[in-house]
Amino acid sequence: MNSTVALLLCGPAAFLATAIMAAAASRLAAATRLVYGATLVISAVMLTTAAGHLAGNPGEVSATLPLGLPWTGARFRLDGLSAFFLVVVNLGGTITSLYGLGYGRHESQPHRVLPFYPAFLAGMNLVVLANDAFSFLLSWEFMSLASWALVMAHHRDEANRRAGYIYLVMASFGTMALLLAFGLLAGPAGTYAFDAMRTAHPGPFAAGAVLVLMLLGAGSKAGLVPLHAWLPLAHPAAPSHVSALMSGIMTKVAVYGFVRVVFDLLGEPAWWSGVAVLLIGGVTAVLGILHALMERDLKRLLAYSTIENIGVIFTSLGLALAFKAHGMPSAAALAFTAALFHVLNHSFFKSLLFFGAGAVLSATGERDMEKLGGLIHRLPVTSFVFLIGCVSISALPPFNGFASEWLVFQAILRSPELPQWGLKVIVPAVGGMLALSAALAAACFVKAFGITFLGRARSAAAERAHEVDRWSLAAMAVLAALCLLAGILPGFVIDSLSTVTLPLVGERMPVQMAQPWLSIVPIAESRSSYNGLLVFVFITISASLAAFFIHRFASHALRRGIAWGCGFPDAVPAAQYTAVSFAQPIRRVFGGFAFRSRETVDMPAPGALEPARLKVEMHDVAWETFYQPITGAIDFTTERLNHLQFLTIRRYLTLVFLYLIILLLVLALWP
Amino acid sequence: MNGLTFDIAHVLAGSLVLISFMMLYQDRLFALINVFALHAVVLALSVAWQAYIQDAHHLYITAAIALVFKAIVIPVGLHRIIQRLGIHRDIETAVGIGPTMLAGIGLVTLSMVLMLRVTPEADPLAREDLAFALSIILLGLLVMVTRRNAVSQVVGFMSLENGLVLAATGAKGMPLVVEISVAFSILIAFIVIGVFLFRIRERFDSVDIGALDDYRGERR
Repeated sequence: MNSTVALLLCGPAAFLATAIMAAAASRLAAATRLVYGATLVISAVMLTTAAGHLAGNPGEVSATLPLGLPWTGARFRLDGLSAFFLVVVNLGGTITSLYGLGYGRHESQPHRVLPFYPAFLAGMNLVVLANDAFSFLLSWEFMSLASWALVMAHHRDEANRRAGYIYLVMASFGTMALLLAFGLLAGPAGTYAFDAMRTAHPGPFAAGAVLVLMLLGAGSKAGLVPLHAWLPLAHPAAPSHVSALMSGIMTKVAVYGFVRVVFDLLGEPAWWSGVAVLLIGGVTAVLGILHALMERDLKRLLAYSTIENIGVIFTSLGLALAFKAHGMPSAAALAFTAALFHVLNHSFFKSLLFFGAGAVLSATGERDMEKLGGLIHRLPVTSFVFLIGCVSISALPPFNGFASEWLVFQAILRSPELPQWGLKVIVPAVGGMLALSAALAAACFVKAFGITFLGRARSAAAERAHEVDRWSLAAMAVLAALCLLAGILPGFVIDSLSTVTLPLVGERMPVQMAQPWLSIVPIAESRSSYNGLLVFVFITISASLAAFFIHRFASHALRRGIAWGCGFPDAVPAAQYTAVSFAQPIRRVFGGFAFRSRETVDMPAPGALEPARLKVEMHDVAWETFYQPITGAIDFTTERLNHLQFLTIRRYLTLVFLYLIILLLVLALWP
Repeated sequence: MNGLTFDIAHVLAGSLVLISFMMLYQDRLFALINVFALHAVVLALSVAWQAYIQDAHHLYITAAIALVFKAIVIPVGLHRIIQRLGIHRDIETAVGIGPTMLAGIGLVTLSMVLMLRVTPEADPLAREDLAFALSIILLGLLVMVTRRNAVSQVVGFMSLENGLVLAATGAKGMPLVVEISVAFSILIAFIVIGVFLFRIRERFDSVDIGALDDYRGERR
């Protein structure tokens, strides 16, 4: 057994030991500190080991433990892809544990969170390390169940119970799809080791079925439309640091599962596979961000924005598939690198934003943006780092979101080289959808930041808020710094990803760190290049100069005037711009088809004293089109089958007997 | 394999199916148990014949087990249970004798058609044996399904197991351990079911399983 893998397997074991310890000691006062401290140390060790492997590039190493199914054992393997995702998982784990050290103290029921938190981390690590279908599915289910327990941490709330129920149903559905996919990959011989699946190439029909099943299984966990319905319910229901883990990290583990199967185990992709993934990704991106724009709950807004980012990642993966299928490995490497880069970036800024939302929640007790406002005076540090997160996720230079989305668009711009006419049309169309979603994301986070932190406090709780503890601030500051660093040094990340890209798409991006002045050149100097450092320096210098000139040459006289109250007699905070009013123009434009929204104005009769009311009716189209018919059908059949529970013993025997006869008849009459 | 040995094996297996048919039209408990004892005797003969022609001595043990337990111990035990419990000696059938016989003929046809179709490469004796065994299993199930009395369901279950033994001995090379374990599991099942019969009787004064359903508050 390789020592690196052994060390990495000790990590999940240590997490599980921590979980058991936490279950035993969770009512102690020091338990919070101990558990998060332990997970912080373990994650940090795992992070350095995985990063060392990724940087050292010693190929792939594997290990087999005598656990699990008899004669099979549990196989684990560390290669570039799993090392990269281990870095993502454990970087998130480390910083979340750091945040938890502070945030966990506000937890009202720590015994419902502490045992499951390390177990959740162990599950995610094991999924990434697993090298056979059995270990993979077992770890996957373990991860799902641990996160379900965390969603149900505050189960007294009716909404949380419903979220937990829907999450459980969707998770089981996803695992069923994965199980079927692995069954198809294992083939009639039933070899569950990934190594055997890699060499056995399934036929075109089976490969297509596996792709569809992976889109269902991994896609439901990642939040692809229309399987996303559980995500905006479940992610915000958990405590905020767990929301960050679920949104920032667990969705990435789902992406890992998809990449592992579709890019690694499945062999050469079919030409249409890229198209399917591309289209689903594009639709997911646009619908996700439109939902986010309509949201007034800060954490749900962030959860919907996760769906948008997953859409971006899957679009990029679809591009990589399309390029790979058409024998364009360098373009595929570009798209694939862009996807992985965005995975890393999204884990940074989404964790940061959820931490910020958690800080706001613990400072004010509010998630509803319409009851916040003016927090920039009360929580100056939180608002600054939250602003960095917003700028990053809106893909503005010089932060990291811009770098990865720019790479995605560079890959899209290579689509004219594709030989197929269908793809030549579809890819730019999806590019247009991505551009739309990027613009909408910017609007969405202007709203999130503006309504929450600017203006005047809309409630007493927001007025009395105090800055959060140092642990939380430190965690957010680290993430903000990482956002900036990844934006300034994209070349470093791209070069580190070359070991991941090379075995999976057969090519890597050109070496970027050799470029002068830290610029990145994805294809050729003549086509495009980007220099984050230059942009950063330019923005810093020009902003400083502007500030200097204003302070130096403008008048220093302080003047206070009465602001124009827009005609309102008393300018109460409720008269401010609200989240819903901010989103109104966009709702007018897109609401018709995306939400089937309708506005009605209740105008009282002339002379009547009651106020006029504007009613907005919105529908979740995915919910009504896909979920309600299914639940309706299930209710209908269970209602019909209910009386089967109350038959006599002889009738049960008769049923079994008749079924046996029918099976034998089928066998006898089969041509 | 010469014609005579094959024919004798064929006759024995065929008479097992015939005796299964006989079970279908018994409407007295004692008669049913006697037919079951006959079934077991013929099974023992058939297994012993297989042991002789396959030259597999361990099959004699199987035959002895069938003879001792199924032809003697279990029927005697059932007789005593019925006497001690004072059970009504006539069986209430859920489906009439005529339709049951017709269904039985259909099942035998089905198993013939099926087995002869799916085992074209097997040795002819094993083929016939498997077809007969499947018929016996299905007929045993039919007995269980069409009777309302718990004792006759036990008998149906036992005759079903006889079919399994026939199938197992027809195939060459079935280890003795498997047969012995099957035989013992059947004996244990018999004991368990006997105990349950006593318990049911204690509680409901009847072994008509309809009483159980009435107890559960359901319509039949």
